[in-house]
Amino acid sequence: MSDPTALPLWAAILISAFLLIGSGLTLLGAIGLLKFGSFYRRLHAPTLGTTFGAGGILIASIIFSLFSQTRPFLHELLISVFVTVTTPVTLMLLSRAALFRDRTEKNEDVPPFRG
Amino acid sequence: MSVTLLYWSLTISHWLLLAAMFCCLIRLVRGPRAQDRVLAFDALYVSAMLFLLSLGIATRSPFYFDAALVIALLGFVSTAALSKFLMRGEVIE
Repeated sequence: MSDPTALPLWAAILISAFLLIGSGLTLLGAIGLLKFGSFYRRLHAPTLGTTFGAGGILIASIIFSLFSQTRPFLHELLISVFVTVTTPVTLMLLSRAALFRDRTEKNEDVPPFRG
Repeated sequence: MSVTLLYWSLTISHWLLLAAMFCCLIRLVRGPRAQDRVLAFDALYVSAMLFLLSLGIATRSPFYFDAALVIALLGFVSTAALSKFLMRGEVIE
């Protein structure tokens, strides 16, 4: 465990800026999830949290672990790879499932089956 | 100086992420249809993972990062399984 006072001021400013940007964008995405009207509009809002929010907090954590030298930042790299790979896959599966459900219920808001 | 700055930014970041989790929880309870609830669940576990990451920076403990990694993996599998269930009515055919 290294001394926390050894952290230089510019590194602390950088870490704080990335932390605040990341958590603020995550909150913005969650508010959008709460406020938007239909499901297909709501689908866009949390991606703000999974891209820039997760990116900001992971970059802050990497900078902090570089300076405090308590552990390697392998976990942050793994989490960023997993989040960036899995988020589009899950959201595309979910949007296709919702579209399928809306089409089988003959909902007026979505285009019908083709062919 | 830098310790004070980090302390306050971590505290503000914790509260912002808690507010984000609360918004997702309201959508999870209120959501008119099943896909809204699954989407809110997805956003909830992502913000919980980010909360654990910032908690790991605050406490300097390595265990929170393992927990965040496990949440990132399990959340993907659970959302994929739930959307498969919404599509087909069963998970494993």
